Amino acid sequence: MKTLVCVKRVPMTGGRIVLTEDEQAIETKHLGFAISPHEECGVEEAVRLWEHHGGDTVVLTLGPADAEEQLRDSMAIGIARGIHLVTDGEEWDPEATAGAIVDVIRADEAASGLFDLIFFGNESADSGGFQIGLRVAHALDRPCATGLKGVAVDGDLVRCEQEEGGGRDVYELPLPAVVTVLEGLNLPRYPSVPGRMRAGRKPLEALTPVRPASRLERARLVVPEGESKQAEVLGRGPDAAAAVVDLLEQIGVAS
Amino acid sequence: MNLVLVEHVDGAATDVSLQALALAAGLGGETHALVIGPGGAAASVNIPAAVVHVAEHDALDAFAPDAWASILGGLAEQIGATAIVAPGSGHATDAMARAAVRLGEPLAANCISVTPGDPLLVTRVRWGGSLLEEARLHTGRALITVAPHAVVAAPAGSPGSVETFTPEIADADLVVRVRDRVAPPAGGVSLADAKVVVTGGRGVGSPEGFVVVEELAALLGGAVGCSRAVTMSGWRPHTDQVGQTGNKIAPEIYIACGVSGATQHIAGAKGAKKILAVNTDSEAPIMSIADYAVVGDLHEVLPAISAELRRRRA
Amino acid sequence: MSTFPTSARAVVIGCGIVGNSLVHHLTRLGWTDVVQIDKGPLPNPGGSTGHASNFIFPVDHSKEMTQLTLESQRQYIEMGVNTECGGIEVARTEERMEEFRRRMASAKSWGVDSARLVTTAEIKEMVPYIDETILLGGFYCPTVSVVDSLRAGTIMREKGIDSGGLQVFANTDVSGMDVEHGRIKRVHTSRGTIEAEVVVIACGVWTPLLAAMAGAHIPLTPAVHQMIDVGPVPRFERSSSAIEFPIVRDMDVFMYERQDGVGLEIGSYAHRSILHDPEEIPSIEEAALSPTEFPFTQADFGPQMEHALDLMPEIVGDESVGVKYAINGLISLTPDGMPILGETPKVKGLWSAAAVWVKEGPGVGKSLAEWMVLGESHIDLHTSDVSRFHDHQKTRAHTKARAFEAFPKTYGIVHPAEQWSSERGLRISPMHAQENVLGAAFYEAVGWERPQWYDVNAPLVEHYGVESREGEWDSRWWSPIINAEHLAMREHAGIFDLSAFAIFDVQGAGALDALQHAVLAQMDVPVGRVVYTPVLSQGGGFKSDLTIMRLGDDLFRVVTGGAHGMADRKLFSDALPDDGSASLVDVTTGWTTIGVWGPKARDILSSVTSDDVSHEGFPFGRCRTIEIGSQLVLASRISYVGDLGWEFYVPIEQGGRLWDVLWEAGQPHSLTACGIGVYGTTGRLEKAYRAYGAELETEYNVVEAGMQRPKVKEQDFVGKEAHLRHRAENPAAILCTLTVDDHTSSAGVKRYPLGREPITLLDGTPLTDAKGRRSYVTSAGAGPSLGKYILMAYLPPEHAVEGSGTLAVEYMNERYPVTVAVAGATAPFDPENERIRS
Repeated sequence: MKTLVCVKRVPMTGGRIVLTEDEQAIETKHLGFAISPHEECGVEEAVRLWEHHGGDTVVLTLGPADAEEQLRDSMAIGIARGIHLVTDGEEWDPEATAGAIVDVIRADEAASGLFDLIFFGNESADSGGFQIGLRVAHALDRPCATGLKGVAVDGDLVRCEQEEGGGRDVYELPLPAVVTVLEGLNLPRYPSVPGRMRAGRKPLEALTPVRPASRLERARLVVPEGESKQAEVLGRGPDAAAAVVDLLEQIGVAS
Repeated sequence: MNLVLVEHVDGAATDVSLQALALAAGLGGETHALVIGPGGAAASVNIPAAVVHVAEHDALDAFAPDAWASILGGLAEQIGATAIVAPGSGHATDAMARAAVRLGEPLAANCISVTPGDPLLVTRVRWGGSLLEEARLHTGRALITVAPHAVVAAPAGSPGSVETFTPEIADADLVVRVRDRVAPPAGGVSLADAKVVVTGGRGVGSPEGFVVVEELAALLGGAVGCSRAVTMSGWRPHTDQVGQTGNKIAPEIYIACGVSGATQHIAGAKGAKKILAVNTDSEAPIMSIADYAVVGDLHEVLPAISAELRRRRA
Repeated sequence: MSTFPTSARAVVIGCGIVGNSLVHHLTRLGWTDVVQIDKGPLPNPGGSTGHASNFIFPVDHSKEMTQLTLESQRQYIEMGVNTECGGIEVARTEERMEEFRRRMASAKSWGVDSARLVTTAEIKEMVPYIDETILLGGFYCPTVSVVDSLRAGTIMREKGIDSGGLQVFANTDVSGMDVEHGRIKRVHTSRGTIEAEVVVIACGVWTPLLAAMAGAHIPLTPAVHQMIDVGPVPRFERSSSAIEFPIVRDMDVFMYERQDGVGLEIGSYAHRSILHDPEEIPSIEEAALSPTEFPFTQADFGPQMEHALDLMPEIVGDESVGVKYAINGLISLTPDGMPILGETPKVKGLWSAAAVWVKEGPGVGKSLAEWMVLGESHIDLHTSDVSRFHDHQKTRAHTKARAFEAFPKTYGIVHPAEQWSSERGLRISPMHAQENVLGAAFYEAVGWERPQWYDVNAPLVEHYGVESREGEWDSRWWSPIINAEHLAMREHAGIFDLSAFAIFDVQGAGALDALQHAVLAQMDVPVGRVVYTPVLSQGGGFKSDLTIMRLGDDLFRVVTGGAHGMADRKLFSDALPDDGSASLVDVTTGWTTIGVWGPKARDILSSVTSDDVSHEGFPFGRCRTIEIGSQLVLASRISYVGDLGWEFYVPIEQGGRLWDVLWEAGQPHSLTACGIGVYGTTGRLEKAYRAYGAELETEYNVVEAGMQRPKVKEQDFVGKEAHLRHRAENPAAILCTLTVDDHTSSAGVKRYPLGREPITLLDGTPLTDAKGRRSYVTSAGAGPSLGKYILMAYLPPEHAVEGSGTLAVEYMNERYPVTVAVAGATAPFDPENERIRS
């Protein structure tokens, strides 16, 4: 089985987001980076599939040179190789991103066969465009299910579960297929030290695509004005219990 | 002309769909609505649009996003829509993204406001609402989804007319469709619907520490939640997680215990009507969004609240 | 929380380990109006204490650091937050084993007797998951412990609060400080403005920013220490406590591994030096973790993973054990690796309590509190004194350069004489060019480049038959040329560059009284006298020793060593009267000093001056201006090397010329250029001259050092009361000069101790005096004219017996017999001082 996971490098934000002076990006000089949470689960799922079925696993990202960290992180928990579409750090819009991914998938498939399953996150934590997986699936003419919290390969089908209205809708897609997944799909493992060491030696292909003009053009980012409240302190320690219960009664949830 | 994809449940348009209609109204021009599948006709009578198109087809009993995209795209072309708007729910977003790629158009997801013009200006949500993006949409046909609960819903009203049609649906567009449904787990209150949510964060300290959280939630008939730090530590299942990548909640009161209040978490708790924070740190970020606070160790405070509740009930 | 006060006796900024400890001890010692603030929340405000690894290895080569650490551990034990787990430093190389042997000496000198060397089999037994086959042995200390520094902080704050003398305000940001007439006045905070007599900056990596608010300098730099936590470790899941196995320091690869619950914490000092600026530290809201937990940079940790895997393959190689937490934690580094404590020389009332780690935090808090409340601390803090820094050392560039160089040596093997390679050439004497021609080997002293010896004198080594040293460690940063220069000086004469002296003029109508009060010796001497004097602490210990020339009725020139010069400057500045009747002018860079000593010194001087420089015309202990060629030179007839001669002071721009004149005049008399190796070690030790920081510390008094004079002056002076008491009682120790009887090691190699080694009985039993102080080598070095290797040490009176052969010095874990040559201050060489007074 051959699988691909597409991941995005995103900053790990703290309690308050700070923008760069030009309002085009988040100030990240104090921040670490990680794989966007949904995709982290995609990586874990691909590794689990490989553990059951064997084959080839590939992780792909489009991002700055430093995004190699996220590829290595993925390889540290078991992905076999990486493809890095290296950008100058400027954000790419969804159409452009999908286009570049499609090109590199086609090239890889021409060389080493079709991907049976391609994982995307349902949406990235930062830009939240909700569409790249679908755009890629459309270009490759493959079925795609989105927002999944369950993915099970059964023969040449993949059974997909999507949370909807409290329960779960179930889809069955013929392989090859594209899925976009959500955090909660699984609990991603931590990389082991040997895994980390192996990751450094795994093959990584780097390409430098050219960014086309954007039709969804970012003008600027704005930190929304939070309603900064001064919480009313009901009390300190256990002594506050009576005041809390008064409040619960007043709201009407105490009985 | 604008076309709005309206979702419906039990024969009525959903709130988020009415919000999408409201945002579309801001684009100017006439608004048409599209409802798809069983129950659409019933819902159509209360949709405030010039024309409500009702797509009916046997194959639409189960959700099939490619079929929806095909219908939506086809209708938009047929009526010459210059904007297509849909609520930012899971199904509608899915269908919109498929429609966008079929039409060869960009999609602006999770918008909270639009300003007509060329280019069209949109403000959209990033980071689950912790950040906004002002963007220009360069196209003659804008596809926009609307962030849930960010826009005041359009008042219910009667449509100018209702036009029912039977779309043509290719077999290929039915490959992806809901084949089965897994019922929600029985019992318990879901986080999404709970009137009271009691959440524990890193400050709970251990999986066993949640006993005090569970006790209070049970007494209040509420649901237990947790922060991402807790799920990542393996203390609670992800289904309990409140946050940008977890559950979005909208209780009457949200009791956040030992939660620092990272943007990730707050993105999921914004819908709460009141927030009570229990934290040893009186200046944790959670305090700036909380309405009420108890400064103290949750392991002492929560049992005291539970005891007080029991005492008053006795 | 109570309302924020508008005034306090002391405001302590910072709720990390040192701030918490300080407020406890301040209130314990009776201060009743202390306010402690921190910009972060409690109990963990987000500084370095919050992510510290919290373990304590008590043994350090530095006495001061070991004392602070032992005191801290004592307090942690008392608070019930100390878990003894033991710790092993392991060696992968023979060089490291040698370092452990040296560590054994420090352990014994500072009283950590439980430390011992262990075999690889013993290591394996204690740490079953280690691969002992890659090790040669270890240094095991059973009292190594892990502490809960956050809990300790809370306990200490609560004690302060319970005393009624402390109020604590978290989430209180400092925005500014006001200084008026050189004294701290008030602190502006996000809760309001507070007036304070004393403000203490205990802000860890943020400290420089706070200091700058008051116009002061506390030079430290935030630096990264990488740490990861892997787990869950199957073996640890069976542990009944958070730490059951000894902590392992893998010294040769600069790493440590320790159990932390079910995890294994792996820390590293092996990566490149990653330095930051305090301005770069994010706010609590902006930071993803805490402000001082920077994002982990995986690339810097690559080789360390392999080292950890090699050492602990069972755990680190386990595929089920994941890397759960990884940070670049910020720590504070200073230009010389020591903490920064005490009142800033720039702003009165503004104190520093910075660059303190968890292992020494409570000890620092206690010592600093004693210093603030009682005027002096039980533990001598002079190597941590904030006033030690010269101007260039206060700069950010210097701090970073030295921290950059020192970081990789955190677990390194650092020779006591090791020289810095960065930031050299900052202070150049006027004789530098001439010295270069002579092949000077330059060592650095507080920025000055000083010749330690001159390569041009290499032929003298053969001439005098000076032996080389066989042990590489003993001969590192040493040359036999030093001994040859010494012998040439004793035979003919030597010329010395003494530009590194710190020189202050104390002048004005109140100068005499001020000095009289500051120092032990009688200062009301005739103009033209040179007075050597100790400066005492309140308790009668040594704060300094130096010479003072009376140049006029109201003009005194203080000359002291460069290393301690800035602390001395503060000492004398603080001694000035409030009425402005005396002032201090630092003339260090106005004057340069050249010394000429040796039997031919007078012949040389006579040939270039028409002044009367005969013994009668220019007696010992006098100073006056003479003419040398076309220069007016202040000549001072004293000696630190035990031979006839003078110190010559001229304006710094004339130093080169004076050197040339003396050099030329000396050629017929075989004048030899001599380095500081002679001045500071061989010449000094043959004369048993005491040095500040070696023999002289606040821990020891004048009587113990053998430096009491027949009479005590009438006038009051600092430490007088204690001094009188010390004179009346029997000394608990006597400073002795010892000589090494046999240098030959068990391997047949002649070894030479370098200082700080324990003096023991022949069977290795350490000597402890009645005050609990260990006997150790305060100074060590050759006595070429004696033909003996000299050690100085304080010995309990029963062992301070001349000719006694019952003692040994323990060096590299072997003992070498020594003899007490002199008990007391008498010089082993020329005991009657005939040469000086000739």
